[in-house]
Amino acid sequence: MQHFLTPEIMTCAFLIVGVVTAFLYGRGLATSRAQLTADSAGAHSLPSYHGYFSAWTVALLAIGVIALWVTFSGALPKFMFPTMMLGAIALGFIIINRLLTPTFRARNHVERFVGDALMICSGVAVLTTFGIVLSLVFESLRFFDQVPILDFLTGLNWSPQTALREDQIGQSGSFGAVPIFAGTFMITAVAIFIAGPIGLLIAVYLSEYANKRTRATVKPLVEILAGIPTIVYGFFALLTVGPAIRNFAEGFGLSVPTQSAIAAGSVMGVMIIPFISSLSDDVINAVPQTLRDGSLALGATKSETMTKVIFPAALPGIIGAFLLAVSRAIGETMIVVMAAGRAANLTGNPFEAVTTVTVQIVSLLTGDQEFDSAKTLAAFALGLVLFVFTLVLNVIALLIVRKYRERYE
Amino acid sequence: MSANAKTSIHQTDQALGRLAKRKAKENRFRYAGIAAVVIAMVMLGWLVVSLVGTGYTAFFQHYLTITVTLSESDLDPHGARDADQLRKANYRKIIQQALYSRFPDVTDRRGKRSLFHTVSASGATNQVRQMVYQDPDLVGRKITITVPTSDDVDQLLKGHIDRDAPEDLRKVSDQQIEWVDQMVASGDLTLEFNWRFFTSADSRDPELAGIAGAVVGSIMALGVAFMLSVPVGVGAAVYLEEFAPHNRLTDFIEININNLAAVPSIVFGLLGLAVFLNFFGLPRSAPLVGGMVLGLMTLPTIIIATRSALRAVSPSIIDGALSLGASHTQAVFHHKVPLAASGILTGSIIGMAQALGETAPLLMIGMVAFVTEIPTSVMEPASALPVQIFLWSDSAERAWAERTSAAIIVLLLVLITMNAIAIFLRSRLERRW
Repeated sequence: MQHFLTPEIMTCAFLIVGVVTAFLYGRGLATSRAQLTADSAGAHSLPSYHGYFSAWTVALLAIGVIALWVTFSGALPKFMFPTMMLGAIALGFIIINRLLTPTFRARNHVERFVGDALMICSGVAVLTTFGIVLSLVFESLRFFDQVPILDFLTGLNWSPQTALREDQIGQSGSFGAVPIFAGTFMITAVAIFIAGPIGLLIAVYLSEYANKRTRATVKPLVEILAGIPTIVYGFFALLTVGPAIRNFAEGFGLSVPTQSAIAAGSVMGVMIIPFISSLSDDVINAVPQTLRDGSLALGATKSETMTKVIFPAALPGIIGAFLLAVSRAIGETMIVVMAAGRAANLTGNPFEAVTTVTVQIVSLLTGDQEFDSAKTLAAFALGLVLFVFTLVLNVIALLIVRKYRERYE
Repeated sequence: MSANAKTSIHQTDQALGRLAKRKAKENRFRYAGIAAVVIAMVMLGWLVVSLVGTGYTAFFQHYLTITVTLSESDLDPHGARDADQLRKANYRKIIQQALYSRFPDVTDRRGKRSLFHTVSASGATNQVRQMVYQDPDLVGRKITITVPTSDDVDQLLKGHIDRDAPEDLRKVSDQQIEWVDQMVASGDLTLEFNWRFFTSADSRDPELAGIAGAVVGSIMALGVAFMLSVPVGVGAAVYLEEFAPHNRLTDFIEININNLAAVPSIVFGLLGLAVFLNFFGLPRSAPLVGGMVLGLMTLPTIIIATRSALRAVSPSIIDGALSLGASHTQAVFHHKVPLAASGILTGSIIGMAQALGETAPLLMIGMVAFVTEIPTSVMEPASALPVQIFLWSDSAERAWAERTSAAIIVLLLVLITMNAIAIFLRSRLERRW
């Protein structure tokens, strides 16, 4: 049990005990003082608010001491820390004793504190974005110090093996990312080629043809496809789909490797079917019923109504859905890591193995290496490209969808 | 006009032909829709069937019952029962002797070696070592133990290695098949439930590998993620929905959260690597860092779910509370948030299910380590269930494919359970106004 009593755990225990005692003390104090002045209109705040105020005061002082200690820990002797903690908590109790009179507006203070705490919570989301942008930009700039940005974006040769020894020649690594972008584009194209028509047809069928019961069973079943972890799809592609495509091609006398753009792309297509079908379904349902009724009243069949009236009306929203699906496909990692291949290959043939941005990030960063090498920094540059590209796609998609919604509202 | 059908322009042969064409087109369109649904369902079915078909056999494993003689001269020549000596003793030899005495006619070295290869070498020796180490009185006695067979024998008996293939093309020799058949006939070699798969951590030998380490790692990471993302996410949602003034800053926060939800998960891994590992110097491969990354990743999901749950609560609740003299904060926390709790809980469970299946960010922060011990704290190197699947999927042997699929079955069952709980809670607790 000895190793459980680390200084960190002792500090936490100390803090919790101090805060809980402060709460109970503040609440009790408020109750007793309110009873002493029973002749007046009573206290401003409920006793528990006095308790919360006390707990918060003590917690803030103690956390301040911990922060001070972490910053200046080197300069002070060790026994100072418990002394300072005790001092802070004692100071807290003195302040409480002074402030907590029946007229003290404890509730207002507590509520302001709660509001601030909630604001900080939403700040975490913003901080995350800043953290992502800063870390990607910062590391990418270091990478572009070593490899010019134009070489990175337009170079045709990707072989990130860097020299093991200083004097090694020809192993300096080349970081032309075009083959990677081409591979990403190809796999995404295969995925959309499969998911686009299927997803759209499912959306049309569910919104225009299916009865309520069919819709209630089919829609969740299709959405299961989006809930399956991508690692599962990856293994499915590797174990089943890749070999199936290889055997099928062998029947025509073609040789296709197990890891190919078509295997990874088609499995990814299955994964994004629900993205397209659900979003398109929403969009189709948002088209005003009057358009549908008008077309049907003129004698058009359902399919004619769909293709000639509803589809043109819903087109912007459907494009938005496709863009979101593309963004999802580009950022997808595990399927391509397992089923697409690792070597950069600039080709237009979907039956060959290609590599993608996400695969390269994974293969550059897994395994042991020093952090400052161009090889690891290249992963951040690729991450930046990925982040910017998906962000732009999302912003465009959301703008289109929003504009489209406004039209019918 | 309708009295004389022949003269109606709708009844001419051309018109009827056009109508038939249009009807056929309508039907084609409808069948295309049905076909799309069927294709999606077939893919789902194919995925499940192929994984379950490969994986279910891993839940069973062949075990061999043998009698070993723990002779004192081999294990403890000095008779001191010294713990160190007992740990270092040659247990391999004990297992070998037990097998050789079972098949006394095997005398040549090659035959002996291939006989020994029918059991799991490290599994059997470690098992006997553990037994003797815990109970030194066993030395000098004869005991009957049940040890796992080697993965090749296991795969042979499960029918995954073809007996009819030429001997040099399969991993088990004719002689080994003969021994195995004899042991099966005598009832010493039996198929049992593979408890080890659920109780042990990763191993180099497929017959000894289990998911316990990865499951514990996943639970730890999810615990950290839950403690980070649920309080912060709910807090942020309550702020944006109830307290935030409508200005540019809150608009910015809102756009920010929507975009964060669409950032690829691997980018969160890069954030974890650059900020948590390199800047703050937290340990690599630790569930603490994995949980923090997963927590940040699920934050937008939880914020969005909580906001819609809060929006679904009728405004009359707040009005009622305010009219009775509650402050705004009291109205929100005493009335609105409790009423939205079921929606918040559902959103949190779905967010956690997403985090459980996520692999890519964990690869970035090094949770791909080969860990043979079940982790005991969030600072220790650990693996996670999806990462374990990724690691195993790299090995081509049939025994590994079987275990990978079995681990996927476990992962999918957990996810189905989590989603079922979420759906149940939603249908049970949801209130409509």
